[in-house]
Amino acid sequence: MLELLSGFIGELRSAGLPVSLTEHLDAAQAVHHVPLEDRDALKAALGATLVKSGAHWPAFETAFEVYFSPHVAKGDATEDTEKSSHVAATPAGGGPAPMSAAELAAMLLRVMRQGDRTLVAALARAAVDRYAGMEPGRPVGGTYYLYRTLRNLDLEGLLERLLDEAHREQELTVFEERLLADEYRARIAALRGAIEAEIRRRLVADRGAQALAKSVRRSLPEDVDVMHASREELAALQRMLHPLSRKLAVRLGRKRRHRRRGPLDFRATVRRSLSTGGVPVEPRFRHPAPSKPEIFVIADVSGSVASFARFTLQLVYAISTQFSKVRSFVFVDGIDEVTHVFDDADDPSVAVRRITAEADVVWLDGHSDYGHALEEFDRRWGEEITSRATVLVLGDARNNYHASGARVLEELRRKARHVYWLNPEPRQYWGSGDSIVDEYAVHCDGVVECRTLRQLERFVSDLV
Amino acid sequence: MTGGTPYGGATLGSIHEVREGLGRVGYVADERVASVVYLADRLHKPVLVEGPAGTGKTQLAKSVAEMSGSRLIRLQCYEGLDEAKALYEWNYRKQLLRIQAEPSAPSWQELEADIFSEDFLLTRPLLEAIRSAEPTVLLVDEIDRVELETEALLLEVLSEYQVSIPELGTIRATRVPMVFLTSNNTRELSEALKRRCLYLHMDYPELELEREIVLRRVPGIKEELADQVARIVRSLRSIELRKPPSVAETLDWARTLVVLEIDSIDAASVRGTLHVLLKYRQDIERAAKELLAADA
Repeated sequence: MLELLSGFIGELRSAGLPVSLTEHLDAAQAVHHVPLEDRDALKAALGATLVKSGAHWPAFETAFEVYFSPHVAKGDATEDTEKSSHVAATPAGGGPAPMSAAELAAMLLRVMRQGDRTLVAALARAAVDRYAGMEPGRPVGGTYYLYRTLRNLDLEGLLERLLDEAHREQELTVFEERLLADEYRARIAALRGAIEAEIRRRLVADRGAQALAKSVRRSLPEDVDVMHASREELAALQRMLHPLSRKLAVRLGRKRRHRRRGPLDFRATVRRSLSTGGVPVEPRFRHPAPSKPEIFVIADVSGSVASFARFTLQLVYAISTQFSKVRSFVFVDGIDEVTHVFDDADDPSVAVRRITAEADVVWLDGHSDYGHALEEFDRRWGEEITSRATVLVLGDARNNYHASGARVLEELRRKARHVYWLNPEPRQYWGSGDSIVDEYAVHCDGVVECRTLRQLERFVSDLV
Repeated sequence: MTGGTPYGGATLGSIHEVREGLGRVGYVADERVASVVYLADRLHKPVLVEGPAGTGKTQLAKSVAEMSGSRLIRLQCYEGLDEAKALYEWNYRKQLLRIQAEPSAPSWQELEADIFSEDFLLTRPLLEAIRSAEPTVLLVDEIDRVELETEALLLEVLSEYQVSIPELGTIRATRVPMVFLTSNNTRELSEALKRRCLYLHMDYPELELEREIVLRRVPGIKEELADQVARIVRSLRSIELRKPPSVAETLDWARTLVVLEIDSIDAASVRGTLHVLLKYRQDIERAAKELLAADA
């Protein structure tokens, strides 16, 4: 058990979770107190001692499922091999032969309508038997099998079919329909989870936990590459953004309050000295005026980098109380100011959604043209950049071989306090192909690689 | 480790027992919560409970105290909380009186030994919890509100269950209390603190659990209504809101519906009572639009 635990903790560390030695010891102690056959209790015990942040839970869960999958936990080697040959020869699940597609579809519809929890697992098993086509020893990841199974089940269409059927039976108001749809969505998600778990279980039986763990490892939300995040990962990031910005605002506000020694306040010191007979015992200091920078955000919102720009804008606006003024501009090959969108909306996330619809950013063909966008910015708003302004440019500097317009950046830097460039591409790709970030870099105070939420957070807190 | 100090919490038999015991005092716990409480009791470790507001973090500590028949000592954290409010303080007035009371002053050594004795010590919650002879549950509420530096105050208490007072020496726990810390996650807590605790993340409950909670906590509610309530709240949480409804608000809403004698919820009754669940105007508008397809 202890060996298994060490392996498991090694895996957690590889996934990026900070697990200290004390926590390892605690976990080893904790597992003594829970019955080992109770998987849920074991999971809770390990979770409580090893995972110290809610955001790290999914990564922990995945690793746990792999390392303590139902029959690895029993540790019976013979059964393992038996099981894996089982997967190859006759598909498991109790049934003598795999169900036909029609039978399976009927069962799917029935189970989804009834919402019976116990049947979901059986259904998942049957579906994996029928569609995944798993072969032992084949070096493909679980996602491949998952994709094959899900494509054949057509879960997307399933929701519509279920709702259609409900409509045929009785008239539904919008409200009732929404509730019903949410219920079906939850059931479909549960089925999806069950299928994933089933595939994972069989893969573990086939290849062993350690080999598999590497291929299904999930990065922590703050380390997910924003540009290549899946839809679910983006949703997870979105959820993290709000607490993150609140945390940043609190931290920055506190930093500011603690540093409160300005220059000597002569008048107050003299006044104070009256109570000590004119001897200035206690010098008084002025409160320093907090320097609040003006922020100009110029963001590329063309396809590939749009999600990054959205996150950054949202974060900057969420802590906008820390800046005296925030103005934002978005561009593709044309450029438009979108400050008013943020001013109107109470919630930055709403505003970001509106930007795409409202901003006039396409000039010619809708491919990024940094040169034209920058020239245009200089012409229309260049005069408003003062020595109190900090300019942030967000983009990958992939210019489709247009003119660079680096002149403008040089100009901006002369006028503004700082010019920073945030690039969501990995550093090793900079300067390759049509990326001309190096040409801009000479005119910036800093070019920062900003691929993950963690990097973004660090940059923003340094900025203030 | 705490060595031979007797443990103060009523020692709990098994995870199942914890779950049942909590159920008896009206707290519906899932397997995970029960396991962590049980482990905390076994390993003599504090529990750090983190999660959004109104998911029953504070209630958990109260319920554990009630279940085990322990005394609950609560330390509410706020910005500016210091040693004098959290640990102990010398009773200056009493010390002053003592000095003035005896004009024929004894030697300073005697006097000093006298006025820095336990008679002149004002115990604050942390010290109180440690010295208590009866079983105790210590609740440190909203720990994320204190400054990072103040957090360090807690470390000695939480890991060694002792308090060092320079004039008196070290006071060790007579019985180790059961400790719960809650946090709304407005800032990152220090690694040192997290390392010493068991961690429990409390999120909004699953549908079944929430239905169970509503049934248990709202007197006179029918099963169908509780089910509907839980479903509607789940749908609301799936919409992007500034402040999704918490469990506490779900319960308020369920009580409202019972008082209004609504047996089955329809669109109109939701619209009429949405303000119980949602506390921002924009949230109410958006929820009405998404869920009821109407402008509020």
